[in-house]
Amino acid sequence: MALWRTGGFAEDSWTRLADDTPAPAEGAVVVSLRRWLAEREALSQRKAPVGVSVEAGADAQAHLSDLADRPLVALAFAKFADGRAFSYARLLRDRHGFKGELRAAGDVLIDEIPLMLRCGFDAFDVTDAPTLAALEAGRLPGPALHYQPASVAGERPAGSRPWLRADISQRKL
Amino acid sequence: MYHYDDFDQAFVAARVAQFRDQVARRLSGELTEEQFRPHRLMNGLYLQLHSYMLRVAVPYGTLNARQMRKLADIARAYDRGYGHFTTRQNIQYNWPALKHVPDILAELAAVEMHAIQTSGNCIRNVTADHFAGVAHDEIADPRPYAEILRQWSSLHPEFSFLPRKFKIAVNGAAHDRAVIQAHDIGLQIVRDEAGELGFTVYVGGGLGRSPFIGRKVREFLPERDLLGYVEAILRVYNLEGRRDNKFKARIKILLHEKTLETLKDEIEAEFAERDATLLDLPQSEVARVAAFFAPPALEPKKPGSDRVERRKGKDARFASFFAANVTAHKQPGYVVVTVSLKPIGAPPGDASADQMDAVADLAEDYSHDEIRVSHEQNLILPHVALDDLPAVYDRLASVGLATPNAGQISDIIACPGLDYCTLATARSIPVAERIAQKFGDGAKAKAVGPLKIKISGCINACGHHHVGHIGILGLERAGEETYQITLGGSGDETAAIGQIVGPGFSSENVVGAVETLVETYMGLRTSEAETFLDAFRRVGLAPFKEALYERSAGSDI
Repeated sequence: MALWRTGGFAEDSWTRLADDTPAPAEGAVVVSLRRWLAEREALSQRKAPVGVSVEAGADAQAHLSDLADRPLVALAFAKFADGRAFSYARLLRDRHGFKGELRAAGDVLIDEIPLMLRCGFDAFDVTDAPTLAALEAGRLPGPALHYQPASVAGERPAGSRPWLRADISQRKL
Repeated sequence: MYHYDDFDQAFVAARVAQFRDQVARRLSGELTEEQFRPHRLMNGLYLQLHSYMLRVAVPYGTLNARQMRKLADIARAYDRGYGHFTTRQNIQYNWPALKHVPDILAELAAVEMHAIQTSGNCIRNVTADHFAGVAHDEIADPRPYAEILRQWSSLHPEFSFLPRKFKIAVNGAAHDRAVIQAHDIGLQIVRDEAGELGFTVYVGGGLGRSPFIGRKVREFLPERDLLGYVEAILRVYNLEGRRDNKFKARIKILLHEKTLETLKDEIEAEFAERDATLLDLPQSEVARVAAFFAPPALEPKKPGSDRVERRKGKDARFASFFAANVTAHKQPGYVVVTVSLKPIGAPPGDASADQMDAVADLAEDYSHDEIRVSHEQNLILPHVALDDLPAVYDRLASVGLATPNAGQISDIIACPGLDYCTLATARSIPVAERIAQKFGDGAKAKAVGPLKIKISGCINACGHHHVGHIGILGLERAGEETYQITLGGSGDETAAIGQIVGPGFSSENVVGAVETLVETYMGLRTSEAETFLDAFRRVGLAPFKEALYERSAGSDI
């Protein structure tokens, strides 16, 4: 598995903690949503960052506001065709003002990454070999023109009629 | 009609390039069929019984001659010389090779067409009244709103992986010709007491194995709020629609399980939180798009035509055509001509490449370069001067397109059925052909009056049988095709789901059963003015049931 962020492949400085592993004093960790909800107070006392991972298929909607102040939220796709996380991402970014890293995990494939980016994801745990190869080659497929400006950075109005149109061809990846 | 600007053109070109790359990766084996499937579906490409099938959008059913000729060229070059117009204002090609599909899409892009989102679990081709802009009962032309929705929904990043397909239809007239109440979202254009334009919004209509008529979630939605409200509905559906069972995944099931009130509250709560700066429709944008749909400058004409009257007097078939296929235009001296794609004894909705070219020529010569495609699988020439009607009729007749049966018993909607479709459980086209042969397009059919028969070859109901005045559903029982009949369905503003009349009929007996139903109706109608649907609503199932199962030998039970 490799971590890809807009900007390229990166070292993952976050450690995933199993629910029964005590949190170490140092280092950035990612805990499950269940653990975050159960141990929120204690984990909040921690000086090092605590991110939250929402497992694939979980109904995260009710807890999105609880996650808004986290430095990292990972949303897992059980199947790339399960589109709920696209809405979770937009709600986190647009409604709850989430400013941290939004990471896509699970069934992350090259053809969906452009859509994920536009919904506010900015980091991707990638395992699929063709997806890794495409990212290594700097190839993200799909139109750079869009009829629905998302609230992500790097979208600029296209032409003389900005309404509902976006051109992201100049965005740096 | 709408014309692409550089942005639209570049968008469609980029989409073609993207799909070309996906096809190449599929052919090389890099993409599995499972990974490729959503992408090909979002470009209208199905894997059918014999081949791939490509479904091309005709957004809100409006075409010009150049586009129609391109559809003909594609039929010749990449298919077997014909295309099939569908019940959702699309055209399907049944025999394209996968490797050619990117080229077909590039050809379509050259005439401002595409196959984007004609299938898959996304927002489908937005449909509208096929008489938009010419109907005299019109409140406002629905096409500008359909075009705005088309653009907004194209490759929407949040709504490309919905629980299931999502269909939107817009109707702008008092009479609903767009079957909006059988759509996931149905939008009826209305004016409020202050004269402001807006929409009555229906949600959760749909046919398929669990048919539901759409429920009203908003009496009046201001025009400005169109996208904000539609986005709210889509977001609630994307988050909460069932993903555990594809047969329960449509928004109609969510509505049914949640109740209308709860769903309505959730939609309104989501709508209240919308990003108004992004989604509120600027008046200037509505005006910009609406300008594309301004009616052509039609030369003033006197209302009647001696030429037409003389021809009616000496040519009974022309008179029948006039009675069935010609509708009043909002401008006097002009008519709307329905070109029936239901010749007696041929598959409903099919048109040959030569026929498409002929209609394109007629549109240029007589209809201000406009053609419409109706959900009833017919074509329409929307702006024909009454005086030109005999000439138009003769040219249609010369290519086998003057069948005078629009709206009659032989103007049947039928899905492709077992002859083409992997999902089908029975054939539908041959049943449609045999019913049409039984009643024809002459005096017999005329005597029956307006009657909509709709046939589906499986419970997915692509032939809209639930909303047929007579609906026929083909099923398979113990290896035999069996046809279940429903009565009293309707797809207009009085929408209703048909009621099952009783046990099904064999392929051999189903045509006789329809004949019995029609005879029963003709025997009990109060006058010729009482249509089949009116009569059914007055008397109910009982007399029909009795005729089918107690008096006739048609039943197999």
